[in-house]
Amino acid sequence: MKIGHLAEYLEASTVRFPDRTAVVGPVGEGLTYSELNRRSDALAAFFVERGIQQGDRVGVVLPKSVESVVAFFGIMKAGAAYVPVDAAAPAERSRRILADCKVRALITERGRLDVIPPAGDISLVLLTGETTDEPRGIGWEISRFESATRCGVPRTKPRNRRDLAYILYTSGSTGEPKGVMLTHENASSFIEWCSTVFHPSEHDRFSSHAPFHFDLSILDLYLAIKHGASVHLISEELGRNPRNLARFIGERRLTVWYSTPSILTLLLQFGNLPSHDLSHLRLILFAGEVFPVKHLRDLQRCLPAPVYYNLYGPTETNVCTFARIPERIPETRDMPYPIGPACEHCHALVLDDQGREVPAGGEGLLYISGPSVFQGYWNRPAENAAAFLIRNGKRWYNTGDIVCCHEHEGFIYRGRKDRMIKRRGYRVELGEIERALYKHPSMQEAAVAAIPRADEGLTVAAFLVLRGGGEASIIDLKSFCARHLPSYMIPDRFVFRSSLPKTSTDKTDYQRLVREFTEPSTARTNAGGVFAHET
Amino acid sequence: MNAVRHTIHRFILAEFLPGEEEHNLRDDTPLLTSGILDSLAALNLANFLQERFHVEFEVHELTAQHFDRIQDIAAVIVRKQSQAVNAKGAAS
Repeated sequence: MKIGHLAEYLEASTVRFPDRTAVVGPVGEGLTYSELNRRSDALAAFFVERGIQQGDRVGVVLPKSVESVVAFFGIMKAGAAYVPVDAAAPAERSRRILADCKVRALITERGRLDVIPPAGDISLVLLTGETTDEPRGIGWEISRFESATRCGVPRTKPRNRRDLAYILYTSGSTGEPKGVMLTHENASSFIEWCSTVFHPSEHDRFSSHAPFHFDLSILDLYLAIKHGASVHLISEELGRNPRNLARFIGERRLTVWYSTPSILTLLLQFGNLPSHDLSHLRLILFAGEVFPVKHLRDLQRCLPAPVYYNLYGPTETNVCTFARIPERIPETRDMPYPIGPACEHCHALVLDDQGREVPAGGEGLLYISGPSVFQGYWNRPAENAAAFLIRNGKRWYNTGDIVCCHEHEGFIYRGRKDRMIKRRGYRVELGEIERALYKHPSMQEAAVAAIPRADEGLTVAAFLVLRGGGEASIIDLKSFCARHLPSYMIPDRFVFRSSLPKTSTDKTDYQRLVREFTEPSTARTNAGGVFAHET
Repeated sequence: MNAVRHTIHRFILAEFLPGEEEHNLRDDTPLLTSGILDSLAALNLANFLQERFHVEFEVHELTAQHFDRIQDIAAVIVRKQSQAVNAKGAAS
């Protein structure tokens, strides 16, 4: 198939498999291909009649549900781009996201009008559920999602593969989440590559574990729909619950699993995997962070039949390198598996500090070019200028990831130079946590650092100087963070200090903070700054 | 009941709130809904309690309804222990 528009995957599969199940919701409610196609056509017509145009953005703040999938296709068929927002995140963060990309319409559920930005561009709100019994705002129409997706004449809109398909927001170093703009061409070039490597068929049953604001969801949804397979949505609550999750995989007879290594490790440790029949699984894909080999080996021993792949790529490129894990991981291996060579639709370049190409064996920053590379961040000219490099007539995205080029294994992930970390597969800019902490009324200074642990994880520690000195309740600080940040950004440890150490150029000395945290004895003798050291 | 509450209290302070004053963590302090425990921390706590008190939690018991406050968690454990004792008594 040629690279085109994501809605065409649904339309082509509807012709081939009208009565096959396309999407199954968290409690088993299903939609066939013809139902999904008809309902999304109706929604598109509804939007077009109300003036939603090509290039407009439509926010979706819904829990994992078949309605969200109807919404995405309806929005894209109307020529607009969908902006999926974490329904579990604090309302304040969601409001900033929806205001940033100026959504014209919003699809959400009853009781969630708190995510609507006050001075906004929203003219239309669709609510899932039985009623629209909500206080109305000034300047927007409110309707039931159910009625908007019931019937409508499909309107053929001009389609362009360069149109934005969706905007995914990711943590921003300045404290504001930034919107990664992806077109239909970006997404479908990735999906086409997936087809050639994973060979899906209409008999596959895909997991959809990642939330829709996380780019792992792109593979789950569109690869399944392209091939007439079914995609099984996992609710946020079930997704966190390894014991039920293992049962779910067995009961739904899933054939393709895709998640972060964190979730697979949880399944291994708490899921009681041997007590479930997971024999239908043929593929286990993981991405988002490094998979410690010890856990990967244990998982493979527990589930030896499926083929395992390590997929690598930031939201800006989606998957751009990949590595197949050997069928039997040697007992002696403790080095994590490489992220592998570039996917066929991508080109990779590794450059050193001076912008010179790094020869095999050397280390440098990984740059990616190709049709899956995003258009830029929404309304961030300065960051866009810094993100790309023009070289050899191509536009290269600087991933910020440091890799080593191995002759046979492809790229090996080494780490980062900036302050971005991965937590449960999510990108977290430590600066965004600091900025949230500064909203606290007693905060004088805040510095957040990620400290490696013996078990290969990270401890996120917040070093705080409070007004008037002294300490605050850690419970209160955690609750404060929970009101301003998604749960995966809340620090693990809080350390109170009378001042923060500074470098000679008067910047926060993060290295010293980390050193003093890991070696408390040096802190006591060398730095008078610590007066309430954690135990 | 008090001993169970005390054990939960000590574990949460040591594992998830190092540095916190003991009295700030009350038996009715919300744990899940306040950001003190994330989902992984809740699983670790459940695992510790299962081993320590020889009980098994059902999945629905790890939700905010039963697992959000120390007093609720302790109540679930005490109920399970007494059920186990009764079952043993009935069997012998």
